[in-house]
Formats: sequence, structure tokens, C-alpha cells
Amino acid sequence: MNADTAAYLSNVLVDAAMVVWAVALAAFAADLAFASPVRHEVSRRVPVGVGAPAESDAHEPAPSTDRPASRWLGVGMGTLVLGTVVLGAGVLLRGIAAGRVPWGNMYEFAITGSFLVAVAFLLLGRRYDLKTFAIWVTGVLLLTVGLAVTVLYIPAAPLVPALRSPWLVIHVAAATLAAAFFTLSMIATTLYLVRDTAERRGSTDGRLLSRLPDSATLDRIAYRVTAFGFPIWTFAVVAGAIWAEYAWGRYWGWDPKETWSLITWIVYAAYLHARTTTGWRGRKAAIISLVAYATLLFNFFGVNIAFVGLHSYGGV
Amino acid sequence: MTDTLTRRQPPAPQPPAMSPLEAGRWAWRQLTSMRVALFLLFLLAVAAVPGSIVPQREANPLAAVDWAERNPALTPWAERLGLFDVYSTPWFSAIYLLLMISLVGCIIPRIGTHWRALRTRPPAPPSLLTRMPGHRDATVQGAPAEVLAAAEQALRARRFRVHRVADTRARPGTGSATALAAERGYLKETGNLLFHLSLVLILVAVALGSLYGYRGSVLVVEGSGFANSPIQYDGLTAGARFDARDLPPFALTVDHFVMEFEPDGPTMGSPSNFEATVTLEPYPGAAPEQRTVRVNAPLSIDGTLVHLLNPGYAPLVTVRDADGEVVYRQAVPFLPQDPMFTSTGVVKVPRGDEPDIGIQGIFLPTGIIGPNGPESLFPGLGNPVLVITAWQGDLGLDDGVTQSVYRIDTTDMTQLQADGEPFRAALGVGDSAQLPDGLGTVSLDAVSTWVNLQVSRNAGKEVALAGAALAVIGLMPTLFVRRRRVWVRVRSASTSGAASPTTPAGASPVTVATIAGLDRVASGDTGALDDELAALAAAIEKELT
Repeated sequence: MNADTAAYLSNVLVDAAMVVWAVALAAFAADLAFASPVRHEVSRRVPVGVGAPAESDAHEPAPSTDRPASRWLGVGMGTLVLGTVVLGAGVLLRGIAAGRVPWGNMYEFAITGSFLVAVAFLLLGRRYDLKTFAIWVTGVLLLTVGLAVTVLYIPAAPLVPALRSPWLVIHVAAATLAAAFFTLSMIATTLYLVRDTAERRGSTDGRLLSRLPDSATLDRIAYRVTAFGFPIWTFAVVAGAIWAEYAWGRYWGWDPKETWSLITWIVYAAYLHARTTTGWRGRKAAIISLVAYATLLFNFFGVNIAFVGLHSYGGV
Repeated sequence: MTDTLTRRQPPAPQPPAMSPLEAGRWAWRQLTSMRVALFLLFLLAVAAVPGSIVPQREANPLAAVDWAERNPALTPWAERLGLFDVYSTPWFSAIYLLLMISLVGCIIPRIGTHWRALRTRPPAPPSLLTRMPGHRDATVQGAPAEVLAAAEQALRARRFRVHRVADTRARPGTGSATALAAERGYLKETGNLLFHLSLVLILVAVALGSLYGYRGSVLVVEGSGFANSPIQYDGLTAGARFDARDLPPFALTVDHFVMEFEPDGPTMGSPSNFEATVTLEPYPGAAPEQRTVRVNAPLSIDGTLVHLLNPGYAPLVTVRDADGEVVYRQAVPFLPQDPMFTSTGVVKVPRGDEPDIGIQGIFLPTGIIGPNGPESLFPGLGNPVLVITAWQGDLGLDDGVTQSVYRIDTTDMTQLQADGEPFRAALGVGDSAQLPDGLGTVSLDAVSTWVNLQVSRNAGKEVALAGAALAVIGLMPTLFVRRRRVWVRVRSASTSGAASPTTPAGASPVTVATIAGLDRVASGDTGALDDELAALAAAIEKELT
């Protein structure tokens, strides 16, 4: 297979992945529309800790999620996995077509990142019951790949000399992986805020709301995923600094991309600190986390487009 | 940082009673509190933003000048606020220094606390283990002493530090003389402290760099060279403690500098290879050695790095006077203006008593003269064209004012005319053009290249790297280790049910082990704690069978 064939196949597979994911999205939507709302017991795990007699309420059978309509959920999860595999093949072929790792420009960053988000989500799903918010993840994934295909697309090509370094593999891979974790955390955090608002109002019976995990679980998932992403992001910034020392003769030069990656790091650090500070846990910390994600997005899109810096070859 | 520590302090005295010492203590407590640290973190993030919007002089001096020209109204304010050098302004420094003080003020007491905690046993079990966030009873075959030993084994296997303690607080009938107190996850706080101290180390490294480091740039035309000394640099930024005598005394000649570009495909015209072949004399008198410098592959001499920065073309221009005498002959560096390397430059010909000649040129590596004027189609040398206009008058070279070598000050000059229009000529390699008014000829003899070399040493970069590595290492246990305390209390089942006939004499004894635990840093994740306690109970039973 020559490079042109690989490039062509890669494009076809990325498009195909979008179609498959669109099916997944439709299935998840059908599940929401046709399934009966679930009545969750809010935070049913909490009573264990506060001295309530363990026998009374904590071990009631959990509300079943295996309702007849969960067929749609099954279809959704199945197509989500299939789409992820197809996209993975597309990313791989893109790498073969370009003769290098497939994260050399914004288009490749977006498709590789989406693949990682999907994989991380599916892996996380082995530990937590996340089927009920797969629809939101699928939505974000479709949006990202759609944007990649329409706006960010550039044909497969070799890299400019400035990017030809083993550090590209390490630095950008770490940044992409961390961004994938932060994206999942953003989705969980947003849903946490929605669910928490509903719980405060005392009404969680709506179709969308009742299907979400309770706010404590969402908060915990958001934290866990961020805690994974943060050291990886730290490593990405450090690896970038090492590469900068090698490529430009200084490890930190306040290039806009460097500055914004530090801003993202600082705001996520603030989030982690806020979670251990009385009066900042919960909603306030969640909002900090969303601000941090906004700085990450700005670093990805805004800095490449708005500012001229050493990272400008990101390619728009 | 120390949320718990600050909260334990007594409330601050009310204003009238506050002595300077107390006020100082109050301020210190505020500064080292988590709330203020959070606030400073945000402030730092916000303060870093303007420096990414306004070009920074140190990173990009040309862009800074350009920005100032485009925003004349804002520039005085930008100057006043230091927006062109945000990251070295007092206000920016103040924020990160306060943050560092806050961090140190928080971390130092915690080191002591952690040190003591490492050497202190966890406390004996509280009287009611059922009040703990996680607890469960396990009824197992075996005498209380055996069960206790099994529990100890199981806890150690799960990497707990286990202590046998006198169970003095047990309610009558719920325990025996000895219980287990265990704790795990001390590494969490160790990692946390390591992480924060590493940040201080990085800051120290940055300070070292700004004191002892330097960065110079020098433009070298292919075929020429330079000796490493500040007077040879076109630009030099150096720290306060930089000493020119520390510069390694090498000399370097650029024999060849090659620029290659993608000839076709979607990225046609983007650079594919920049490579300089240089002759290096590491110190005066040393045997010269040939080396290559590429983008991403700098030359390292004694801890000093030589990088390729921006390159360009240098047309070799010869100016002859009316008699055919060469009055000027030089490869003139032209500055690229776009990705296709359309470049501009000037030739300054001083002529003593006669009026000076100034030539302004646009160099096109692959040039056409299109409807929009001269244009370059490709950055490689496909069809080199030099388009020139010329001026006559006083170049101002004798005024003693330093001049740009890329610009002509035309205030005291007049543009040369031909046929009633400004004189203009397009020269290919080997072409020459007659200047108007019998001033002589200009010819383009060849085209060579130039490259900007950066000579730099980042003092303290090893320290910074060590700090960064330790920070990443410290982060892992901070985020992933759970600090957890577990107690085990045993009682003989036959004691609690003394009247029960179900335990016949001689049968194996039955013991109830109460296992309870709590996470030292609340995570809200009681599920994980329950799982661990269940696993412990299972391990104890397994141990006894």
C-alpha cells in the first residue's frame, strides 16, 4: 500500500467512524426517548458512612438499569466501540500515509485526541457504570471529528524540520492524552453541575436527569479523570520545555503556546487545591475545572489562530 | 497547602488590640492559607495572559516593535505597565514570589508534621468502631489471638504499618486486651511535599538562569564566520552575573548553508531541510573540525549551544562606477518577508566627496513580475530575481548614529529617475543594469545564503530539569495513594453469647473481628474503603483456614 492509498483510506475511515458514531448517538437518543425515567435514590452510598444502621436502607436492591429499552443502550455502546475501532484504523493509516506519528498538526491532533477520549471512556466504563452519559461523550466526539474533517483538515504530508524530533512523539502524545482525559473530565463536570442543580431543587425525575449517575458519583469520576490527566499534562509541559531547550536554545521563552499551557496547568492545580479546601469543594471546584478546560481549548484553537508564535506551524 | 493547620489557629484578635507582631502573624497566617494560595494561583494565571497577547520584547523583538507601530494609542500604557516585558515586571514577579512564600510557609510546617506522623503510631481504636466511615464484622474460626495475628498478616500484606495497641477504649464485651491500629499511604504526603519543594527548586533554577545565562545571536553569511565574543553578536541578552570571560573562546565558520523546500505536494514550499556545514575551532589554536548544525540538532560546545535560527538569502551585489571601477562588492543579507522568501534589503555605497548611492532591493528566489508587482512563487532558488530602485544623496553614514543595515534613511536623498519615472531594474544572476545619470552599473553576480545563529547557555537548566522530574515523581503518590487508617478489634464469640449452647466445649473457638477504617484525606469515595475492608476480612478468613 503506498502513501496515497493509505491517506485516502484514512480519510474514508475517519468519515466512516463519524457515520458509525452518528448511529451510536441516535441509539442513545432513542434510549433516552423510549426508556422510562429511572428513580434514583440520591447518594445511596452515603448513609453507610454517617452511622446509619447498615441493615435499614443501604442494601436495598439498586434500581435496575436492565429495562427492556436498554436494547437501544446496547446498540449505542456497540456502535460506539465499532466507531472507535474504525477511527483507530483511520488514525493508524494516517500515520502510515504521512510516514510518522499521526499528531503533527491540528487535524491529526483532533482525530487522535478523539480516539483517545473514546478509548479512555470505554476503559473507564469498565469501572463505573457510564452508559447513561455515553450520549454526551459521543456528542462531543462527533463534534470534534466533524470540526477536524471540515475546518482543520490538511492532507497527509511530512513534517517541517522544526517538528522532526523524537520529542514530537513524546511531547505531543502526552499533551493529546492529557487533553483526552481533561475532555472526559469536562463532560463529567458539566453533567455534575446539571445533576447537582437538579438535586438541590429536589427534582431529578426528568428523562435526562434521572438517567445520570448521582452528583457525588459524577464529581468523583470528574476528579479521578482529572487526577489522571494532570500529571500527564505536567509531563507534557516538561517534555515541551526539554524539546524547546534542544530546538530553540531555551527551555522556557513565554511563547504564547507555552504561556497558555502553563495557565491551563495553574488552573487545574487550583482545581485540585480547591477540592481540599473547605468552602470550595463541589460546585466552585467544578467551575474552576471548566475554566481550566476553556484555557485548554483556547490553547488548542485560539493560540494557533490568534497569535504568532513559535508553535504557529500547528497548521490551521 | 495547610488548610487544616490554619483552621486550627485561634481566631485573630480584633483590630484595636493588634500589635505589629500580631498583625504580622495574622498576615502570615493569611498568606499561608489555602484560600490565599488559591487566589494567588488565579492571579498568576490571569497575569500571564497579557504577555501572550502583546508580543514580548525578549521572545520576539520585531513583533513588539510592529505591535507598537500598529497601536500608537495603547503603546504608552503598555510601556507603563511593562506589557512588553510582562514576565519580568515587578507586578508579575510579586505574584509568583508571594505564591512561593505562601507555598514555603505552608510546606515547611507540614514537613515537621509529616516527620512526626511518620514516627507516631496511629491511635488506639476509638470506643465505637461503628462510627467510622467504613466498618464490618467478620466471624471466623479461631481464638482471638490467632485472629489478631492473621489480621496483622493480612494488613502487612496490604502494605499497612501495623501496631498492636492496648484496647483501652473498647466498651465492655466488645473487645479484648489487644487490638490492631494500622495506617498506610504515608507516601501521599511525602509526594505532596516533594512536589511542592520541587516547584521551589524550579524557581531557583529559573533565577540562576536569569543571573548567569546569556543568549546572543549573530548573522553569518555563507562562507564567513565569527569568533565567540559579545562584540561579534548582533544581539545579546544576558543575566546580571554574566561575565563575557566565561564565553567559550571558539571560532566558527559557516562553509555551506543549504535550504531545501518541499518541491511539490500539499505542503509545497514548506521547509524540508536547513543544514549548515561549519568549521569549528573549539579554542584558539585547536585543530579545526567540521560539524553540521540542523534545526533540532544544535551544536554543543562546552555547555554552550549553537542553534540555527532564521535563514535568508544574500545576493552578491557589485556596484561599479562610471569608469568600471568596483566601488562595492558584497553578499548582502536580505530579510525574508513571507514564506516564499520574498526578501528586502539595501546596498549602501558611500562615495566620499561625491553623493552616496543607496539601492533598495527586493529579492525573489523564484521570481515573476506579475500584475501585482514582483512576486516569489517558491522559496527555493528557481529563478532568482533582484528588483532594485536607487537613491542619491547623503546616507548619513558619517553622523555617528547607528544605522539599520536593512533600511535606508531617504530624508537627505533623492530617488534616481529614468525617462521621467523612478528608476527600476530587474536583475537575474549575471545581469547588470546601468544606473541613470552615468552613476555606474549594478550587477547581481551570485546568490548565497545567510543564517542567524543563536549562541546560548541556560545556566541552571540541569537544576530545572531535576526539579521538573521530581515534581512529576512527587505528583504520582500525591494523586494516587490513599492515606488510610484501619483498626481491628477482636472478641471471642463465646464471650458475647456466654449463655449460648451453640459453642460446645472442645469445638474450635469462634471470634468476631470488627474491622473499621477511615481515609485520612476525605475523598468522598466510601465505596473504595468498603471494598478494602471486605478484602481484608476475606484475607483474614483465608489466613485461618
